[in-house]
Amino acid sequence: MTMDLLKGVSNCLGPLVIASSEFRGDVTVEVPKARITEVLVRLRDDPALAFDFLVDLFGVDNLDLYKKAAKPEKKTGGEGDAAEEPKPEGPPPPRFEVNYLLLSLSTNRRLQVKVRVPEDDLSVPSVTGLWKAATWPERETYDMFGIRFPGHPDLRRLLMWDEFPGHPLRKDYPLEGRGEVRILRYE
Amino acid sequence: MANEYAVNTGHSTGDYVTINIGPSHPAMHGTLRVIAQTDGETVVKADPEIGYLHRGVEKLGEHLTYHQFIPITDRLNYCSAIANNVSYEMAVEKLMGIEVPEKAQLIRVIMTELARIADHQVLVGILGVDLGAFTPFFYLIIQREEIYEIFEWYNGARLTNTFGRIGGVEADLPDDFDARWRELKPNLLKAIDETDKLLTHNRIWMDRTIGVTAFSPEDALAWGFTGPCLRACGVKRDLRKDEPYGLYDRFTFDVPVGKNGDVFDRYMIRMREMEESIKIIDQAYAMYREMAPDAPLMAKVPKTIKPPVGEVYHAIESPNGELGFFIKSDGSEKPYRIKIRPPCYMIYQAFPELVKGEMIADLIACLSSLNIIAGELDR
Repeated sequence: MTMDLLKGVSNCLGPLVIASSEFRGDVTVEVPKARITEVLVRLRDDPALAFDFLVDLFGVDNLDLYKKAAKPEKKTGGEGDAAEEPKPEGPPPPRFEVNYLLLSLSTNRRLQVKVRVPEDDLSVPSVTGLWKAATWPERETYDMFGIRFPGHPDLRRLLMWDEFPGHPLRKDYPLEGRGEVRILRYE
Repeated sequence: MANEYAVNTGHSTGDYVTINIGPSHPAMHGTLRVIAQTDGETVVKADPEIGYLHRGVEKLGEHLTYHQFIPITDRLNYCSAIANNVSYEMAVEKLMGIEVPEKAQLIRVIMTELARIADHQVLVGILGVDLGAFTPFFYLIIQREEIYEIFEWYNGARLTNTFGRIGGVEADLPDDFDARWRELKPNLLKAIDETDKLLTHNRIWMDRTIGVTAFSPEDALAWGFTGPCLRACGVKRDLRKDEPYGLYDRFTFDVPVGKNGDVFDRYMIRMREMEESIKIIDQAYAMYREMAPDAPLMAKVPKTIKPPVGEVYHAIESPNGELGFFIKSDGSEKPYRIKIRPPCYMIYQAFPELVKGEMIADLIACLSSLNIIAGELDR
């Protein structure tokens, strides 16, 4: 079942699939962020896949994983000798991810589509034109992670107030906040 | 301001008036605010604002262990905390690859369906109150209280149940559940019947609900509707049937479906679903009685949960619709990322489109029928 899904997605997307994985029956594919709209349209309109329902959309900050990849921890050997882990090959992963949870209403299969977002280009094309359901999730991702969605009709903060300076779900944002002072602007 | 809307619809002309409804307003469900632009009594534009109850639950989850997060999920939805508990626990179990014993699954089904009934009772009761029908609220809330007493008697808490554990449930059903359920069931059916007689064919009720804030199935799917609000639009989709989890594939029950997707259909779906939940509890309890008294209630779960590196998403059919938890694990004892998919979040974002062109009084009816729980919405 899972292999069929992976094969079907690979056939549909071809070289657009950067990486794919399966864990506990959940299938995830990574695609280029600049082409996310095209990918989702293909997945939606392919009659064999028909991922026609957007379940959710959200961000993930991989900062801690990025640090681990960049600076491997020293491991202590059995007799106190320090043994370093081998350094990972290739460039470190971009810090952020935006995940799209898709569902096919006709086959009841689910798929996670992932795009990676580097810190120096915090923008992902909006998919509100495909599903209106992306309206608030994109606003929330912008609010919580600072990732912008060009093409969104009304990209504003959703959960925090407009003057709030940070993006709370980033890993470098402390749990107890930075002691923000609320700015009240009376006009 | 040019009154294009009034011209297009033949309504009165004039400037729009901006009205703030909430965040502290008796008709708002929780701390919600709607900035409405009105033309007379007609809503031209409505902009819902959320975040007043935002507590950073997802951020908090990254700093707690997997076990410690269970009580946090209680605080998401005070009407059906048990559904939130079970959804989260099942997501962690999927992440860990844990098989939950059947007896524990049956207890989960019984308690989750009781929570569904309690949740729907609140919705129907409050919808009545918001539309001026106060009596059904009393009929239903008394029975909800009985359900809460069962929760309290089972796990010591009425609202924040912290029900279940990762891998099963903490305790077996007490011996006198049979007597309690036999006493409660006819009262629940009677309350549903009385509410039905009071409301369903009531002329005022019909005028206030039929055709009000109707939504097409296409629109509902585009906006990410799930649960009773989607089924009211005529889409027969219920995760208990379509993607059966737990033991739901063993029970016989119907999935009620509406036609117009209006307030009346959303009300009727809930009324019928309460009856279906009673059927499910009966079946689950019959299966439970056939099990050995010493059948296990918990799978083998380590005290410190350290799942393998990976990410999963698991959803259940909560009273409001698809309630899902996405968990990303980095192999440590704390989740790396938790994302909650609350059903009312997706539904409420369609609110401006639902109420556009309706009367202000219908805006309140619509809000009640969507079952917006601010805690679950804002997280």
